[in-house]
Amino acid sequence: MAPQSGTEKPMFGYGSISCKAKSRWSWTMVGLRLLAFLATAAAAVVMLLNKQTKTFVIATVGTTPVNLTLTAKFQHTPAFVFFVVANGLASIHNLLMVMVDLFGSKVDYKGLRFAMIAILDMLNVALVSGGANAAAFMAELGKNGNSHARWDKICDRFGRFCDRGGGALIASFVALALMLIISVISIVKVLKSNK
Amino acid sequence: MVKTRRIITTLLRLLALGATLSATVVMVTSHDSADVLNLKFSAKYTNSPTFKFYVIAEAIATGYSLIVLFLSSKSLVWRLIVILDVVIAMLLTSSISAALAIAQIGKKGNSHAGWLPICGQVPKFCDHVTGALIAGFVAAIVYLVLNLYSLHAVLSPLFPVKP
Repeated sequence: MAPQSGTEKPMFGYGSISCKAKSRWSWTMVGLRLLAFLATAAAAVVMLLNKQTKTFVIATVGTTPVNLTLTAKFQHTPAFVFFVVANGLASIHNLLMVMVDLFGSKVDYKGLRFAMIAILDMLNVALVSGGANAAAFMAELGKNGNSHARWDKICDRFGRFCDRGGGALIASFVALALMLIISVISIVKVLKSNK
Repeated sequence: MVKTRRIITTLLRLLALGATLSATVVMVTSHDSADVLNLKFSAKYTNSPTFKFYVIAEAIATGYSLIVLFLSSKSLVWRLIVILDVVIAMLLTSSISAALAIAQIGKKGNSHAGWLPICGQVPKFCDHVTGALIAGFVAAIVYLVLNLYSLHAVLSPLFPVKP
């Protein structure tokens, strides 16, 4: 589609947006993606390093107390392992998308670029939402216990473990909201460039 | 071309509607009770907030599928439907993963936290919940496939015709 000899109409499409519009709109996207990358990376790292060791006195034999040392690690719960893996993968995806946005404006394969970005964004939104929700309900179980199943709560004994896990969860939910906005914008771009 | 697209999306939505509806119904009708020693174990889906969230999320997805099946003739709201499909797929994956996490604890327990598995005492409840989770898993996968197909169908005019 060569431009006509007289005027050159700006079309929607990554390579042909005028410089001013490109800087305002796509810098917003780059900024959002950077924030989402930081949020998912923070969530994954905080949960990865989440560990608390505590010593309990469970009995007293004569005058010497019998100690029991218990450790709370994130690997004990499969939901938290999935949380770390999901957020790690999503942060890699966000980093990759930031690189593509900044340095890869020449890379295109038969017009598939918008499609791949939109599809990958959607898949990663589903992944992060799965990980965040599984960990959130597991944390709710740890905080409140479940009297019907006779499961005791553990947050009163391992307070710091629970607090750090809560912080990682908040970061992951912030990342989820950002990634949902990014995914919607990517899909709108695809729909617009089709019309 | 448009007709095959319409047929395939309608079929996928019907499949998703069936899956979400059966997930909701099977989870709501799951209950069991057992008498172990002197303790009365009674298990219903309302005992766990996760399963309540699961029922609510699947019910929302069922209602959404029903509404979209009946208004798929207009093309004005089709862009909004594509975006809402992404939101509903996210909701379905989150509800199924949360319910799977809790159900895994119910089946295997968690020795580090001192939580005993309950499936030995209430096996009928566990079987019902397993069925509901399988239906919910199928619904999540069908919605993901639907999203991919919608994006592909929107994009197909973009692909150049091979010489």
